[in-house]
Amino acid sequence: MGKLFAVVLAIITVVSTAIFVTHTWWLPVDISAHGHAIDHQLAETMLSSGVLFVLSQLALAAFVWRFGDRRDGRAVTTFPGGVTPMVVFAVVLVGAEVLALTFVGSKVWAGIYQTPPDPNSLQIDVQSEQFAFYFRYPGPDGKFGATHPELINEASENYFGLDPKNDVSARDDIVVPTLTIPVNRPVALTLRAKDVGHAFYVPELRIQQDFVPGLSIPLHFTATQTGKYEIVCTQLCGLGHYNMRAYIEVLPAAQFEQWLKDKAAQQ
Amino acid sequence: MSQPTTVAAAHHHAPPQGFLRKHVFSLDHKVIGKQYLDLALVAVCTGMVLSWLMRFHLAWPETPIPGLGTLSPSGAAGGVITPEYYLALMTMHGTIMVFFVLTTAPFAGFGNYFLPIQVGAEDMAFPRINMTSFWVTLVAFLVLISAFVVGDGPPLSGWTAYAPLSAVGKDAGPGQGVGQTLWAVSITLFCVAQLLGALNFITTTLDLRTKGMSLARMPYSTWAWFITSVIGLIAFAVLMPACILLILDRVAGTSFFIPAGLVISDRLQPHAGGSPLLWQHLFWFFGHPEVYIAILPGFGIISHILPVFARKPLLGPRVLIACLVSIAFLSYTVWGHHMFLSGMNPFSATLFSVPTLIITIPATIVTLLWIGTIYGAKLRFTTPALFCLGFVSVFVSGGISGFFLAQPSIDTYLHGTYFVVGHFHFVMGVAAMFGIFAATYFWAPKMFGRMMSETLGKWHFWLTFIGVYCVFMPMHYLGLAGNVRRYSAFTDDYLKPLIPLHRFITVAALCTGAAQLIFLFNLIRTRLRGPKAPDNPWEATSLEWSTTSPPPFDNFGGRPPVVQHGPNEYGTRGAAGDYVMQASPQSAGPA
Repeated sequence: MGKLFAVVLAIITVVSTAIFVTHTWWLPVDISAHGHAIDHQLAETMLSSGVLFVLSQLALAAFVWRFGDRRDGRAVTTFPGGVTPMVVFAVVLVGAEVLALTFVGSKVWAGIYQTPPDPNSLQIDVQSEQFAFYFRYPGPDGKFGATHPELINEASENYFGLDPKNDVSARDDIVVPTLTIPVNRPVALTLRAKDVGHAFYVPELRIQQDFVPGLSIPLHFTATQTGKYEIVCTQLCGLGHYNMRAYIEVLPAAQFEQWLKDKAAQQ
Repeated sequence: MSQPTTVAAAHHHAPPQGFLRKHVFSLDHKVIGKQYLDLALVAVCTGMVLSWLMRFHLAWPETPIPGLGTLSPSGAAGGVITPEYYLALMTMHGTIMVFFVLTTAPFAGFGNYFLPIQVGAEDMAFPRINMTSFWVTLVAFLVLISAFVVGDGPPLSGWTAYAPLSAVGKDAGPGQGVGQTLWAVSITLFCVAQLLGALNFITTTLDLRTKGMSLARMPYSTWAWFITSVIGLIAFAVLMPACILLILDRVAGTSFFIPAGLVISDRLQPHAGGSPLLWQHLFWFFGHPEVYIAILPGFGIISHILPVFARKPLLGPRVLIACLVSIAFLSYTVWGHHMFLSGMNPFSATLFSVPTLIITIPATIVTLLWIGTIYGAKLRFTTPALFCLGFVSVFVSGGISGFFLAQPSIDTYLHGTYFVVGHFHFVMGVAAMFGIFAATYFWAPKMFGRMMSETLGKWHFWLTFIGVYCVFMPMHYLGLAGNVRRYSAFTDDYLKPLIPLHRFITVAALCTGAAQLIFLFNLIRTRLRGPKAPDNPWEATSLEWSTTSPPPFDNFGGRPPVVQHGPNEYGTRGAAGDYVMQASPQSAGPA
């Protein structure tokens, strides 16, 4: 029975690890300026914790193989060195891994979430609601109009609660259902929620952030590849959660400027 | 370590007379323990059926499930689950499993039955409070389940019930009316029961130990239940007021968790001044320690059972206790790792990340102690032993993925994906269940006076062990591919190629679920007519094996045991074999 356990466990370990190692299912292509740091951190963690995983499972399998069903009449023996090597191994090796991951990881995290956006960033306001995202650009005046929750009206497509009658800066605001951005230019989003919590997740951008009702949450990134990608909601927001998504369209700079001009002209 | 406390066999209450007092409103901790376990059994069957429905729907969203349309005409008209009903099933699955299975069975159930016996007491310190705890837990369960049949259906905001989705009432969607209120009332009641239970466990451990039972001689399972009680006393004391505030937001017009200016279902909500993040902080201040409330009894059970079947002492028992205590302490410093992306100040993410990573050190040490205990052992492959070995393996698998999620920079990608689902199912779901299975096969002879079938037990182990890896390991792959959790269908372009892997998981989950029927059959058959169990079938040392199977009403027949040894006397030369029982007057000699 011990040998069977050891063999089954070894097979489980090898197959599980092989699927990780061969990247059978893996992250999609990275299209962000910061993403390589996250991917690198993930790969480092995968390597170090993968070694720990394989060593522990195979040690368990080996010991169960060796010390199971023993009929040799020998007395039981203690692990060589007793408990000390265990504690030293855990404190030194796992401790070193913890320290390394913390130092490197904090830097990666700080680079995304604790640094101010480039002052030259494209400013976009994002409103999330059950079950859609809307994106607002400040228009030619470069100013966002103020938002008034009591003016929010789905039927008249006033998703942000703007007041163009009385608010000059709101008149030229551009509101669209697709996040259109230029490639290689920093983008600074302000995330707001109309009703309940939502989240902004673009796997290719390696970025995820909750929308919290009552808070305006800043988020910034730079996309480095053109194309069309999905933005999905990852915070449970109600029955249509699974279907809450939008697209992000990354355009060449010139094409983006043209798009922005066309949109402004339509206002 | 403190000196052993001497407590004479003071009778708390007389032996019960009549059926009701003996089997229903019993003050006997053993009956109450079994009642908790029976409740957990009903709960786990319910929770598992819900997970089958979810898994089936994820794999074949358009295929009707026979009979479901009749059971829930609104949630699954024609047998096809609606998106809101999927979320309701998910919410109820999570709530039932976390509270009424993973907390109820290993802690309240086995703890109630065996903690007093293992310390040599004849009952819990407060039998009436103990009985109250159980009945309040049962009412909490019934209140939760009633959400299926009253109002507009069960709540859909997940077991974490994030505000304001959970706080604004029926405007937020179906099930968010009466169903969500019932959820909050149920959890409030559950907290009351757990707080009463924790007080009982702590007092019993500290004050009712028999002569000679110093803290250092307590079995590791008792240590784990004791430490778990301390965690629970603090954790549930925070969740309970949080749930009361949630109820007030819902029914009394307060705004603890609801900010101003929310427009839901085209209606400007009449609330202002609250904070959704406050709910998250209160919830996770409970929620993370809860993970340890679910798994630490498993640590204790494995540390208690493994030496019995290794026929040698547990390696480093004092190190084990030190690790359990440090895990308990650290469990209060890590809650923010659930909130890295919540909009909380990003500086605090680093603060919460460090203790989260540090907690892996005591967890690694404990795992190495188990693996080190197997070295040089004479393993006996009984069913409880196999589940102990399986526990170590799945705990390692689940623990390792914690390295990823503990880092905010990686959580940026993996948060909200199936990677998290795979992680917590392995580490607190499956590992804790393996602890429950090991405990059930190990203690069934004592509780029921009958032996469970080893053949059926082994079939159950193998199918479950291979099954859980087929179910939960692929979820890590899905997460790496960016597969979002809590989706009732995968309509996104990038998710569609992952559906075949979901089908594999569903088939594996249904098969693993079917394998649990073997366990259920084995358990019921054993209780009805299994072969009679001897007093100490496994040749173990702790006090529960010094008394009859099942133990008499006062546990030791009016003669409280006097403890002479620690629980770790295996691989030695005793009168009965290679072990010396705790209450044995004989001294332990070298093997």
